[in-house]
Amino acid sequence: MRQPDGSSTFLTTRVETMLRWVRKNSLWPLPFGTACCAIEFMSVVSSHYDLARFGAEVVRFSPRQADLMIVAGTITDKMAPALKRIYDQMAEPKYVISMGACACTGGFYRAYHVVQGIDEFIPVDVYVPGCPPTPEALMHGVLKLQEMIQNGETHYDRLKNRNDDAAATAG
Amino acid sequence: MTASRTETTMLPQPQVDLLPKEGVVAVEHGVDGHTVLTVEREHLLDVLKSLKETPGLDCNLLADICGVDYPERDARFDVVYHLGSLEHGHRFRVKVPVTEDDATVPSAYGLWKAADWFEREAYDMFGIRFDGHPNLKRILTHEAFHGHALRKDYDPSQRWLLTEENLMTPKWSTGEQKNDDHLDTQVLNLGPSHPATHGTLRTVARLDGEYITEAECEIGYLHRCFEKMSETHGWEQVIPYTDRLNYCSSMINGVGYALTVENLLGVEVPPRAQVVRVILSEFSRIMDHAVCLGANLVDLGALTNFWYFFQIREEIYGLLESCAGGRLTVSYARIGGLAHDVPLDFEEHVRSLLARIPKFIDDVDKLVTTNKIFRDRTEDVGTISGEEALAWGWTGPCLRASGIPYDVRKAYPYSGYEQYDFDVPVASTGDTYARYLVRMEEMRQSLRIIEQAIDNLPPGPVITDDHHVALPPKEKVYTEMESLIWHFKLIFDGIKVPAGEAYGFTEGANGELGYYIVSDGTGHPYRIKVRPPCFAIYQAFPHMLEGSLVPDAIAILGSLNIIAGELDR
Repeated sequence: MRQPDGSSTFLTTRVETMLRWVRKNSLWPLPFGTACCAIEFMSVVSSHYDLARFGAEVVRFSPRQADLMIVAGTITDKMAPALKRIYDQMAEPKYVISMGACACTGGFYRAYHVVQGIDEFIPVDVYVPGCPPTPEALMHGVLKLQEMIQNGETHYDRLKNRNDDAAATAG
Repeated sequence: MTASRTETTMLPQPQVDLLPKEGVVAVEHGVDGHTVLTVEREHLLDVLKSLKETPGLDCNLLADICGVDYPERDARFDVVYHLGSLEHGHRFRVKVPVTEDDATVPSAYGLWKAADWFEREAYDMFGIRFDGHPNLKRILTHEAFHGHALRKDYDPSQRWLLTEENLMTPKWSTGEQKNDDHLDTQVLNLGPSHPATHGTLRTVARLDGEYITEAECEIGYLHRCFEKMSETHGWEQVIPYTDRLNYCSSMINGVGYALTVENLLGVEVPPRAQVVRVILSEFSRIMDHAVCLGANLVDLGALTNFWYFFQIREEIYGLLESCAGGRLTVSYARIGGLAHDVPLDFEEHVRSLLARIPKFIDDVDKLVTTNKIFRDRTEDVGTISGEEALAWGWTGPCLRASGIPYDVRKAYPYSGYEQYDFDVPVASTGDTYARYLVRMEEMRQSLRIIEQAIDNLPPGPVITDDHHVALPPKEKVYTEMESLIWHFKLIFDGIKVPAGEAYGFTEGANGELGYYIVSDGTGHPYRIKVRPPCFAIYQAFPHMLEGSLVPDAIAILGSLNIIAGELDR
């Protein structure tokens, strides 16, 4: 970068680190909102709490355009195939936040029609507890995910490392 | 002025000589003020017909149909109908016992269209068949489900997995079909995950060009088994579950439930608790209407209003949080009163909200009410006549937008609503625009009620001193032997509600929110059936779509305020 006095400065980093830094600050969430938690999610993106401050306000309802799925609400057995299909449609890298007790564990619905935690069928990066979690809790979850992305600790990174290792051994 | 409904609820009573005789095994007077008829199955349709059509009875509202399972009886199931007359005010409960081997009753769909989904639900949950029903299949559970979940011998945690191959597709939607000009029609699937369906509603529609020719709705994507869960919990433990029915206005649900159980118990609620319940319920109504209108306007492309309305919600959340500790799911009502008293600055807080909220409503009013784009999108869209709306079992703001001024707070006052001076807004056109106008005005009327209530907030306790129902104060538990014993008994045994049944109904944000509760005298509810207002409203939706445009479908859906938690339970 050219400075006013004619000298130039530069910064060295690894491509991977740079990419992670970029990714973590421009998360595009897909709200898979089904129940009460979805109302609290609306609070988080509304003016009072304003998730835009953390670069994650561009809510997309198309899985093709999103890289963060926020599962907000109870997932029932009837809904599970739809959730799975939408998760599969998201392009990599993709991350999942499970918002609220129901999405994490089924919550207090230990019942005949409720999935006892979405990690039964999709991988989850951050679990946000609460019934429903406060907006602050969800924001903490997003910040936590950003930290994990920067440190390469997400499910996507683990899977990628494993695949790279396997390729190296085979090669 | 009519008196408030109290423990021996006095509803208007029908003229006894008009009641149908043939096939009626017993006529009783319920603790909830209903006239209870036990009817032989063979004469069911005749009895229902005469209740509907006899002048002087005129039961034009079919509020609810449900099943109740008594495995030890010969006739294992009761099919229970709740009927009411808006004109005369009297209410009926009609019970039909049927055996397990021959669990079939004639369908009431020919008399009230409202029977459509209620009968499907009874079939899904109990396996009771309804002869002559046009489309009897599962409604809340999925295609791969086995058994009937609300039967007493069904294990509450027994799940059945659904795979993608088994996803529901209506029979009519498969295969090609041509229109009159021999052009192909197209099938459009909307939802369950679609921004305009708010997460959990699904509509399959056949399109001829831009017009919808046929549609079917699939629900149950948020069926979280409220009714089964409440059977496995104590009476007090049900309150957090009720919060999650209509989670946009959770306080109203808790109050409705508490009122019904109090009716069965015969417990008086202290005046202070009643007033606080009214204040918070009305604030909840404002919140509910705010999110309904805000979301409806977003779907029509008017995002700004959503922020204005959500600011109202945030401010009210602050009040609820200061009272109950929770923002959205408050669990603040208790059987016999409230969980604890309101904070010291409650009155001041309420008054500051009363001063601030009208501004947000006025802002939206200025932006939207006379806005040409909005009016073009909503006027004459999704029109339904009052008569038809009632036939579908509609209540609440949607019914009032079609010209029928039925409001439970006026017709059957509870919690002291008869003391407050407020109007019931009614519109005549019955279209999407009318529903918007009614909700806007209801928010203002709710503010009026709160204003009067906060001026007359009485001092005193907020929960009954009947220690069969409410825990004694903590300091007494530590210092008095008797209070310690009451505390111990209540914690270990739970509340014992006397055996019996009651249907309690209040004005929810969407309409008549009913709880039909059966108690067998133990510490658990035997059966709780919720009559969710938007269940009845949503069943008319596919029929309203026929002949309308796809974008109109979105406008109509938003204006009906379908809350999945309440719809699917």
